[in-house]
Amino acid sequence: MTQTATHSAHEHTNGHAAEPRTFDVRILRQDGPGEASYWERHRVAYEPDMNVISVLQRIAAQSETVDGRQVTPVAWDCNCLEEVCGACTMLVNGRTRQACSALVDRLLDEQPDGIELRPMSKFPVVRDLVVNRRRLFRALEKIRAWIPVDGYYELGPGPRQSTDQQRTAYPLSECMSCGCCLEACPQYQKVELRPRDGETAEDFKTREDATFDRSFIGAHAISQVRYFNSNPVGKMSADVRLEALVAPGGIQDCGNAQNCVVVCPKHIPLTTSIGWAGRAATVYTIKKWFDK
Amino acid sequence: MADQRVMIVGGGLAGLAAAMKLAELGVAVDLMSLTPVKRSHSVCAQGGINSVNALTRQQGDNEWLHFDDTVYGGDFLQHQPPVKEMAWWGPKIIDLMDRLGVPFNRTEEGFRDQRRFGGTLFKRTAFAGATTGQQLLYALDEQVRRWESEGKIRKFEFWDFLGPILDDAGVCRGCVGQDLYSMEIRAFPADAVIVASGGAGLIFGRSTMSMVCTGGAASRCYQAGARYGNAEFVQVHPTAIPGADKLRLMSESARGEGGRVWVPRKPQDSRDPRQIPDSERYYFLEERYPKYGNLVPRDIATREIFNVCTHEGLSVEHDRLCVYLDLTHLPREMLDLKLGGILEIYEKFQGVDPRDVPMKIFPAVHYFMGGLWVDYERTADGGLKLGSPRNQQTSIPGLYAIGECDYQYHGANRLGANSLLSCIFSGLIVAPSVQTWLKSQSKAAGEGRATLYDQALKREQARHDALLARSGGGENPYLVHHELGQCMTRAATVVRYNNILDEAYGEVQEFEQRAGRASLSDTGSWTNQNVVFTKALEDMFPLAKAILKGARLRDECRGAHFKPDFAMPGIAATEPAARRREAEAWCDRFEENNRRFLKSTISEHGADGEPQISYEEVDTTLIPPRPRLYGLVGAEVIEEVWNQRQARRKAAGGDGNGATAKPAGVAAGAH
Repeated sequence: MTQTATHSAHEHTNGHAAEPRTFDVRILRQDGPGEASYWERHRVAYEPDMNVISVLQRIAAQSETVDGRQVTPVAWDCNCLEEVCGACTMLVNGRTRQACSALVDRLLDEQPDGIELRPMSKFPVVRDLVVNRRRLFRALEKIRAWIPVDGYYELGPGPRQSTDQQRTAYPLSECMSCGCCLEACPQYQKVELRPRDGETAEDFKTREDATFDRSFIGAHAISQVRYFNSNPVGKMSADVRLEALVAPGGIQDCGNAQNCVVVCPKHIPLTTSIGWAGRAATVYTIKKWFDK
Repeated sequence: MADQRVMIVGGGLAGLAAAMKLAELGVAVDLMSLTPVKRSHSVCAQGGINSVNALTRQQGDNEWLHFDDTVYGGDFLQHQPPVKEMAWWGPKIIDLMDRLGVPFNRTEEGFRDQRRFGGTLFKRTAFAGATTGQQLLYALDEQVRRWESEGKIRKFEFWDFLGPILDDAGVCRGCVGQDLYSMEIRAFPADAVIVASGGAGLIFGRSTMSMVCTGGAASRCYQAGARYGNAEFVQVHPTAIPGADKLRLMSESARGEGGRVWVPRKPQDSRDPRQIPDSERYYFLEERYPKYGNLVPRDIATREIFNVCTHEGLSVEHDRLCVYLDLTHLPREMLDLKLGGILEIYEKFQGVDPRDVPMKIFPAVHYFMGGLWVDYERTADGGLKLGSPRNQQTSIPGLYAIGECDYQYHGANRLGANSLLSCIFSGLIVAPSVQTWLKSQSKAAGEGRATLYDQALKREQARHDALLARSGGGENPYLVHHELGQCMTRAATVVRYNNILDEAYGEVQEFEQRAGRASLSDTGSWTNQNVVFTKALEDMFPLAKAILKGARLRDECRGAHFKPDFAMPGIAATEPAARRREAEAWCDRFEENNRRFLKSTISEHGADGEPQISYEEVDTTLIPPRPRLYGLVGAEVIEEVWNQRQARRKAAGGDGNGATAKPAGVAAGAH
């Protein structure tokens, strides 16, 4: 609506002594994978109700640094702008979070001299603030994060479930694969491979997958094991997921730092899931030993 | 024969449903998406998904009534057989999603819970908190990952669809895509291409849609010759949170769970809303629409909110248009369980807890009822012939469209919680259609067509290179886009006037020329978002012009398309005989209007770059069109006159169908 375009300062901008006319944004840029990173400073005109996405939109439109240098627009990843898609995760003022829900007024309250943006550090940088999070999705494949239904023909409804079951499952299912829990995890180390000369894209992917599979799966995937193994039908194939959970890169790599649960934007009870997974893995290992 | 493959463009609910169903049928699938499919725009759908269920059935509901509500809510502008089929599939689709593990809210006894949505009197809507779209999408994403792990589906995420590849006979044989990281352009041979690319909200600048919703993919099909239907029908959602970068949806489920819309009776009453007593609050939807209350269909709620703020001057704020959406009278625990997801969005982006303070909301562009024209084949009893290669096929053979980017299911206005249903439904039924199409092809697309792919690739490479080679100092594509959004929002949303539409058309032509002179601030060959955006911008203009021209030529009010100059007023007379005369005249005018305008607008991209408009008859043979009388003054007498007319017609042996009605197959693109 035209009218909404002209709205003015309100609500959370009240209370400020004086709204700044402009503010500076420091961005850690990188032109491509494996290249050196560098800082760049941009100046943005203040508007009420801005978030980091609208700041990046202004920066893309002006493409000029504080000292008047013409530069390429900063690259970043985003989609829904409602904090449900998980795309726009980055380090805003040093904290891993979604750029869309990082509101400028609050950021300037925290740090009046400007805003600092960096790409996530646990994933390879593609360009500027864009990182490659394929490893995160690979972990979901490794733990077989799906209900192995017979097929998509008509077979009646799913099993009845108690409200308690639903209320436990629902928050776990809100995980949007944003990667915050991995960024904050001391045990989750960056894996960055580069294609070798003459290596086909497919061969590279195979080699990369194998490396991912040996590396820590992280809190999000552990929590998904709990989600699927608690489902009445998922339970039937629980062992397959538990096997992935105790394989190299599994639950044993968790150092229990508990950073994950603090940074999760969806407030998923990740440490509860990790506790559950630790017990389930122990039981599974003992059972396997007896079944030998 | 080499293996046949299908390319799906877009990994929202429709694309994923099609991918998993095709994989089950044994067809090899490639899936191309601008974003990892788990991040598709379907995650933004909040409220729920409609179907008849065991409970509503015992209250008198059935599939036919769901079908009727959908058609009536859509002002009869959709072909009825596909809609009928969809209503019948509703319960099956909910069951399937339940089996796939979607954490639907439960009753105490363990059944799926349901809530009420707009345009119906039944509690038909199954939901998973207030993030139903996200939950449904994740369940399909998981199934597709399962097939991917078995090598049956290959994903191409962070790829942009640049256009379909047509052979000399005009048959689609694949598409061209571009890797958004490496900028590599590649031709993909495919025996069928299914476009599932969603809506085109970015044409309006800010909307409730995600940033990938540029309309680029649909526009590229349109420019390649695919017909586009009912472009002018764009749903403006009644309740969104205004924001600088985006207008965030506040789901209809907020009203479905008891939320009430109001404004203070005293204009811009500066008191804390909680201090304003009930007697000084104007619950305008409840007062004007006692039957449906806050749950009138979306087009009506939107216009009422717009009018109360503009014409009646009752906006809550002085310098900004908004009304209250109030949940504060509802129990907190219920709100957390059923609406938690959306209340958090409000809290997070507005810094106010909507459980304590009424929300401030205003309408925003939300959904494209129009889209790529698609075909269907009907059965004798008015359903769809499943497995017919015509179902969901665009006017280009071998090119299919499903989900929001097709024009098939919602007519002039979509009912809440019907979009998730239509996306999954069209995704599921396109699979057997495509399978039949594949069987009819004598050889795999990739065989013996090297030149075709080579030429297509070169064409797109040339477009790309030309953009990068443009000299500096030209127009800024981001600023042109901003102006386009403002122009479209002013001219083609809640109310439309012919003079403004004419002006806007001229402006859009100017924007198009300016975009043609845009220069890039990034001319590099690695993850160049600047050039990708500029291409998407250029491709917005053909659709923007189709929207404006379709709206300009449609001199009536229908669903989301509202022209005050052509509105039919209610009954003014008070004396019974005079009221009856007026009602007769009203019904005459209604029928005359339907004869002229109960037709789908079909746009074709002309050689001059301008839309060529024609009209397609609508198959209304199952439910005769009737006046949509929500809240109209004198609705009772109009309804009475109308029913008597229909009864007389029936007695005389007619079909009771007062408007144009022809069987399917006369559809514009039937081939």
